[in-house]
Amino acid sequence: MARADGTFGEIRLERVSRGFDGVMALQDLDLTIRRGEFIALLGPSGCGKSTALNCIAGLLPLTGGSIWLDDRRIDELPPERRGFGMVFQNYALFPHMTVRRNIGFGLAMRGVPRSEAEARIDAAVRLVQLEAHGSKLPGQLSGGQQQRVAIARAIVVQPPLVLMDEPLSNLDARLRLDMRHEIRRIHNELGRSTVYVTHDQDEALSLADRVVVLRDGRVRQIGTPEDLYARPAVLDVARFMGYRNIFDGAVSGGDGDRVTVERDDLRIVGTPRAALGSGRAAVAIRPEDLVPGEDGAGAIPGVVESVEFVGREYAATALTSGGLLLHFRSHRRLNLDEPVHLRAAPERVLLFGAEENA
Amino acid sequence: MTSHVEASPPRAEPASLRRRMAAAGWDRTTLLMVPAAVFVVLLFIYPFAYGLVLSFQPAKGGAFANYATFFSDPYLYDTIATTMRLGLPATVLNMLLALPIAFQVRHFRWQRVLTTILVIPITLGTVLVAQGLLTYLGPQGWLNRALIELGLTSTPVRLTHNYWGVFLALVITEFPFVFLLTLSYITGIDPALPQAAATLGAGPARQFRYVFLPLLIPGLAVAFCLAFVQAFSVFPSAILLGAPAGPTRVISIAAYQAAFEQYDYSMASAIAMIMGAVQLVVVVAVLGARTLFYRGPMGGGKG
Amino acid sequence: MRRVESLPTKLWHSLIWLTIGFFLVNLFGLIAAVGVNSFATRWLGTWLPAGYTTRWYFAAWEEFQLSNVLLVTMEVVLAVVVLSLLLGVPAAYALARREFAGKRLVTLLFVLPLLVPPITYGIPLATVLYQLHLAGTMTGVILANLVPTVPFVILVMTPFIEQIDPRLEAAARVFGANTFRVFLHVLVPLLAPGMLAAGLLVLVRTVAMFELTFLTAGPSSQTLVVALYYSVFAAGVRAGQSVDAMAMIYMATTLVWLFIALRFVDPTQLVTRVKKTS
Repeated sequence: MARADGTFGEIRLERVSRGFDGVMALQDLDLTIRRGEFIALLGPSGCGKSTALNCIAGLLPLTGGSIWLDDRRIDELPPERRGFGMVFQNYALFPHMTVRRNIGFGLAMRGVPRSEAEARIDAAVRLVQLEAHGSKLPGQLSGGQQQRVAIARAIVVQPPLVLMDEPLSNLDARLRLDMRHEIRRIHNELGRSTVYVTHDQDEALSLADRVVVLRDGRVRQIGTPEDLYARPAVLDVARFMGYRNIFDGAVSGGDGDRVTVERDDLRIVGTPRAALGSGRAAVAIRPEDLVPGEDGAGAIPGVVESVEFVGREYAATALTSGGLLLHFRSHRRLNLDEPVHLRAAPERVLLFGAEENA
Repeated sequence: MTSHVEASPPRAEPASLRRRMAAAGWDRTTLLMVPAAVFVVLLFIYPFAYGLVLSFQPAKGGAFANYATFFSDPYLYDTIATTMRLGLPATVLNMLLALPIAFQVRHFRWQRVLTTILVIPITLGTVLVAQGLLTYLGPQGWLNRALIELGLTSTPVRLTHNYWGVFLALVITEFPFVFLLTLSYITGIDPALPQAAATLGAGPARQFRYVFLPLLIPGLAVAFCLAFVQAFSVFPSAILLGAPAGPTRVISIAAYQAAFEQYDYSMASAIAMIMGAVQLVVVVAVLGARTLFYRGPMGGGKG
Repeated sequence: MRRVESLPTKLWHSLIWLTIGFFLVNLFGLIAAVGVNSFATRWLGTWLPAGYTTRWYFAAWEEFQLSNVLLVTMEVVLAVVVLSLLLGVPAAYALARREFAGKRLVTLLFVLPLLVPPITYGIPLATVLYQLHLAGTMTGVILANLVPTVPFVILVMTPFIEQIDPRLEAAARVFGANTFRVFLHVLVPLLAPGMLAAGLLVLVRTVAMFELTFLTAGPSSQTLVVALYYSVFAAGVRAGQSVDAMAMIYMATTLVWLFIALRFVDPTQLVTRVKKTS
C-alpha cells in the first residue's frame, strides 16, 4: 500500500463529496497533499471540515469523487486497511488499557513483533515526554497528557498521513498554546503529512503549510497562511481571517489596482480582489490596518465609541456620521467621543463584489 | 446588675443536636426520606429478619431442624438442583443471544419499535406467557403443526407440562430484559473508541474483542446476576407449564407448599432463606469475578 | 452508498436477523394462540377453529366474576400508584438534594427490594402479614405491592430531580416562597412529567405483578392476574376458551396501559432499574 519506508508521493482528493438525506455536507473538495505537508482544514462549525477528515479516514463513505494514494485508489477501503493515524477530538483512548498498550494497539493489530513494538513504543513515549506515565490508565491522566498519548498512538504506526480532528479544542488556553508548539515540533521531527481540522484561525495560520478554508461544505480558498492573511480571495474568508470592518459602498472611480468607493460618510481607496460587477463593492479592512491619522483626503471621520487596552496597544471603535461602527488600533489612549480621522493604506483595503456581503 | 453577656445560650442541648445533625447533612429536607425508609424497613427488612428467626424455630426439633430436614429430604433438596437446571441455562442462553443481537440492532432505524415489541412479554407477565405457551406449544398447537408440516418430526414434540415448556417460558420472559440492559451498556460506550481502533487497523471482529468486550464485561456481569436471580425465582410457569410434582419442582414451589399447604411457616421461611442464600452465592461469585476486570468509565478521554 | 460487506459478515448478520425473526414469530404465535382460542367455538386438531363466537367472553365475565376482579384490580393499582408516589417522591427529593451521613446505606436499602425477586421476600412478608391479620385483605395486598414500587419510584425520580437546577428553588426562596410554595409553584410543575412517567410505570408493573398478590390475597382481594392464574390452574374443569377469553381481557388491560405509558417514557425505563455506573 505505502512504500516500505512509510512515505509516499502524494494524496489526492478529487471532487470528494458527501451528502446525506439531500444535504451536501461536503462538495467537490479538490486537494493534493504533498509529502510532509501540514494542511489545515479551517472553517466554522458545520462547514464540512470534520466530514472531510472522516472521509479521508474511511469512517464515512463518499457519495461522490475519489481519494488516491499515489496511484492507488483508497476511498473504497475500510478504515482499518488505510493505515492512517488519527487523533480524535476527545482522544478516544481505550479506557481499559494502559498508556503503553494504547500506544501499541496499532502495532499489535499489524502483528509487529513484541521486541520491535516495545522499542517503538519507547521512542513514541519519549517523543511526547510521557516516560513516567507508561503504566497508567487514561483516567489517571490530565487532559494534556491524554492528548499526547493520542498523538503518540497515531504516529507510532509510522503512517503515511496523520489526521487530527480539533485535538486542542478541549484544552485550556495556556495548554493549547503549549501543545500547539508540541504538535509542530513533532511534525518537523517526523516529517509526516498531516491534515489538521480546526475552527481556530490562529491555530491554522501558525501550524499549517497550507490552509483550506471551508464554508457550507465548499472550499472557499486554499493557500499559505500568508496568502490567506493578506490576500483573502472572497469576503467569507476575509471575514474569517479577522477583517472585522466590512461595509458596502458605491464604486465612484479608479480602475485596475486602485478603486475608490464612496458612501455618505466616507470615501476610501482600495484594492479589488475580484471583479466588481455591479457598481457597488464590499470593503474589508483589518483593525490593525486602520489607524488614527491626519485629517484630509482619504481619511474617515468618526467619533470614538469605546477603547480597550490589549497589552501592546488599544483596540478601539469609532462611529461614523452614517452610523457605521469601525474597529481600529491606536497607540495612545483615546477619550470617548473624541473625534478621529482613520486611515488605511490602499493595498490593505480589500474590495469584493457587493453581492458577497449578503 | 444583670449581665448581658450570655455565657451559653439558654437551650444549649437541642441547638447543638441540630448543628451536629446539620453537619452530618441531616435537616428537614433529609427527613423527607424517612417515611419511605421506615416503610421499606418495616415491610422488607423486618419480614426478612422475622423469617430468618422463624426459620430457626421449627414446630419440633432443635434450632436447625428445618435446615436439617431440607438437606436430608431429596424431595426438598433436589429442588435446588432442579431450579439451577432451569435457571442457569436459561440465563446463559439469554445472555448469549442478547449480546450479538443488541450489538447488531444498536444502529437499527426501527430500534424503538423493536424494543417496544420486546417489552410486551415483560408487561404481560409470566402467567399470560405460560397460558399462551400451553396452547401454542401444545400437541395441537401451531408450533407442532408447523414442525409436522415441515417434515421435521412425525409426532408432536412434547413441550408442555415438562422442563422444556418452563425453559421456553423463561427465555421468552427474560430475554427482553437482558437484551434491553445489554443494549443500554453497548450504547454507553463512546463511539469514538471503535473508530479509533479501526483507524489503527482493527476490523469489526477485533474491535469487538479488544474494545467492546472488555468494556462490556462489568455490565454483563450485572445483567447476568439480575437475570439469574429472576430466573431462579421462577414460580407460576413451573406450575402451569411444567410438571410441578417432579421435573420442574422448583424451590419456590417447595416454599409455597410449606407455607400454604402445610401451614408450616417456619419451614417456609427456612426454604425462602435457603433460596435467597443460593442466589446470593451465585451473585457474589459472579460479581467477585467481575473485579478482575476494568470497571471504570467507558469514555475515551476528557472530550 | 454502503461499503460492500464481506460474505461471512453478511451471513452472520442474516443469522442474527433470522434469530430475531424466529423469536418474534413465536412471541406473536403464543399471543395469537390465546386470542384465536378465545373466539373459537371448538378447536381440535386443525390449524384454525371450526367456528368463531364471542360467547366465551360473556361466560368468563360471569364465571370469574370479572366485574369484581377488575374493580379490585383498579383499586389496588390506584392505591399503589398514589401511595408509592406519596412516599417515593419526597424520598427521591431528599436523596437528590442532600448528601448526608448514611446516605449509601439508605440508597442500598432502597435498591434491595428491586434486586431481590418478589417470591423470595414475598413468603416472609406474607407470613408477617398473616400474623398481623392483614393476609387476605385488600390492605395486605396493597402493602405487599408497595414494597417494590416505592423504591422503583425513588430510583426513577432521583435522577429526574437532580436534573432540576437547585438554583431555581433558591431563587424562589429569595423572592419569598416558603417550602410549601416552592413545592407548589416550582417543583410540582417541573416534576409533573417525571411523576406521570413513574406513575404509569408503576401501574403497568403492578397490574402484572403476580407473586406478591398471589401470596397475600384472599378470594375477595385478587387482582386480575391472580384470578387468571387460578382459572388456568383449574383449567381441567373449565373450558379452555373461557380461560383464554379472560387472558385476552387481562392482556388488553396491560397493553392499553403499556401503550399509554410509552407515550411518556422510553421502553427501556420499564426494565433498566439499575444505573450502569460501576
